[in-house]
Amino acid sequence: MEILVCVKRVPDSAENEIEVKPGGADIKRDDLVYSVNEWDNYAVEEAIQIVDRVGGSVTVATIGNEESEEVVRREMAMGANSGLMLVDPAFEGSDGRGIAAILAAAVRKGKYDLVLTGAQADDGAGQVGGMLAALLDWPYASLVNMIEVQDKKLRIGREIEGGNQEINEIMLPCVLSIQTGINEPRYVGIRGIRKVASVEIPVMNAAALGLDSAGLGPAGARVKRLDYFVPPAGAGAEILEGSTDEITVKLIDLLKAKGGLK
Amino acid sequence: MAAQVFAFILHKDGKADDTALELAVASQKIAPGAAPVAVVTGAGAALDGVCQELTASYAEVWKFASDTLAYPNAEIIRMLLLKALPKGCTLLLPHTTFGMDLGPGLAVKMDAAYVSDVTAIDGLDGATLKAVRQEFNGQVCTHLACDMSKGAVVSVRSGCFQAGDPGAAGGKVVDKSGEVGELSGRRRFVEVLQAEVGDVDITKEDVLVSVGRGIGDKENLPMADELAKAMGAVVSCSRPVVDAKWLEKGRQVGTSGKTVKPKVYLALGISGSFQHMGGLKGNPFIVAVNKNPKAPIFQVASVGVVADLLEFVPELTEKIMAAK
Ligand SMILES: Cc1cc2nc3c(=O)[nH]c(=O)nc-3n(C[C@H](O)[C@H](O)[C@H](O)COP(=O)(O)OP(=O)(O)OC[C@H]3O[C@@H](n4cnc5c(N)ncnc54)[C@H](O)[C@@H]3O)c2cc1C
Ligand SMILES: Nc1ncnc2c1ncn2[C@@H]1O[C@H](COP(=O)(O)O)[C@@H](O)[C@H]1O
Repeated sequence: MEILVCVKRVPDSAENEIEVKPGGADIKRDDLVYSVNEWDNYAVEEAIQIVDRVGGSVTVATIGNEESEEVVRREMAMGANSGLMLVDPAFEGSDGRGIAAILAAAVRKGKYDLVLTGAQADDGAGQVGGMLAALLDWPYASLVNMIEVQDKKLRIGREIEGGNQEINEIMLPCVLSIQTGINEPRYVGIRGIRKVASVEIPVMNAAALGLDSAGLGPAGARVKRLDYFVPPAGAGAEILEGSTDEITVKLIDLLKAKGGLK
Repeated sequence: MAAQVFAFILHKDGKADDTALELAVASQKIAPGAAPVAVVTGAGAALDGVCQELTASYAEVWKFASDTLAYPNAEIIRMLLLKALPKGCTLLLPHTTFGMDLGPGLAVKMDAAYVSDVTAIDGLDGATLKAVRQEFNGQVCTHLACDMSKGAVVSVRSGCFQAGDPGAAGGKVVDKSGEVGELSGRRRFVEVLQAEVGDVDITKEDVLVSVGRGIGDKENLPMADELAKAMGAVVSCSRPVVDAKWLEKGRQVGTSGKTVKPKVYLALGISGSFQHMGGLKGNPFIVAVNKNPKAPIFQVASVGVVADLLEFVPELTEKIMAAK
């Protein structure tokens, strides 16, 4: 099975306080900790496990800039066989559809049986996988939390509301978006990263992908972000102030009053 | 005036989902006064009840009944909608696991714009829709502009369009089942497996001590156990704690976990994503302990403590024990 996994380098929202720049043009990016999108890490682990079972190889592709190389190397250190960097100034400012079109061009340049994406990334859109499948005219399933390889098709589970699992059969080639929890992504140590540090990672731009850059970037985007802003504060929580001692005393009183202590 | 607005209706056991009404409200924000059309797919007699119910809030209800549609398979429904919807229209979808499955691919095939998970709609200016969505798990919001000149698929976050008058009533049901012909795809629905029942039932508990990714490590869990024991509460959690296999799935609160209705909910190191909060019903007294004063959970909590939970929790436990 030849598998392509799409990965994105994102500010790690568990590690960072995301703040809006004055004026709202962007978030403050200077001190952000970046990592691979949480969902994509599960997708790469799943691809590696599938190849361990049935053979084949895993390629990890990202659209980004030079800095995105670190996440590709990280996923190669996990066990992906090769990487692919899709870099071109013309790609910047693309909307989800534009990103999917770039990835679709990369898929067409290869010979893949299966393409995996994460269920969603930092902006929570959850759109690239489904769009990519539609552009390729391959079948698609989102929020996949189980994959079983069968002959020319997969048996998959989709996680739906309430944690129930929707079982489907899907023909290959197909695109799946992966939900967290499908596996336990392996740990990557500094030694693993060092081992792949000098592996050549091919870079492709719009021309190499045969893409017309007129349809990409802001010009081709039908959905544009106008600004960032801080969610308007609602009533909000009453923040307990004081020393830890004072706070715990207040909190215990409140818990008692609300039936929180039995 | 914008092109016609359609709303895709989810339903279960012969009743329309809560999102049905919310989509009607949302459609009024896009095209005030215009009558949106509800699209209902399914099979069996129960479908008629759903359609009838919808005539109260939709001027027109399009019914598509067929055995192939008994379970909503996004690939099959995409095929149906591509045949049935007029070019350039706007389709509203709920941002659920089904909406996420259908929306992006449908938009590409319709050659329409796709806007996902909107929380507010500011309105339409010419062919440009201005809407609000969130990024980074709700830490920041954005305004976006969507060019709807070739149509749009807009997925709407549940619970965000409750207030408001959906308008039009006394609609009619139009049976369009005959119009779509044979539907078959490359993805076949097999069955739904129900989530396993765990050793505790958090849905029946009055007091929950809930831990999130902020607990940091499995080794810190006993800290939450001890607090729960002191309070007479039970431990629940957010999704990352289950993904890491620190607690079993039956303890997870949220849209893909359990829906709980406690009186008191103590959230430790939980950021407050909408998927997590979506599992918390009945307007409980929420206490949030988080080291980030800007964590979204402080917007919905009743009381907040800005602190490192690894220091705060043992201290709270100790005080509660001492007071006994
Ligand atoms: C389709 C779908 C369904 C989902 N369903 C669910 C669901 O059912 N339930 C669910 O919970 N999630 C669900 N999610 C995931 C959801 O989007 C969030 O990723 C998740 O809720 C985040 O969990 P969290 O708040 O524990 O972690 P984070 O968002 O990482 O937040 C951790 C918080 O802990 C704080 N913190 C860190 N260290 C400390 C410390 N020492 N002391 C105090 N505070 C600290 C941080 O400031 C942060 O606010 C779903 C996602 C998808 C796409
Ligand atoms: N810049 C990118 N490069 C590679 N893959 C991406 C990129 N952006 C999004 N994806 C893929 O699409 C998935 C869903 O992202 P999104 O639709 O942006 O929420 C991610 O988990 C990735 O697998």
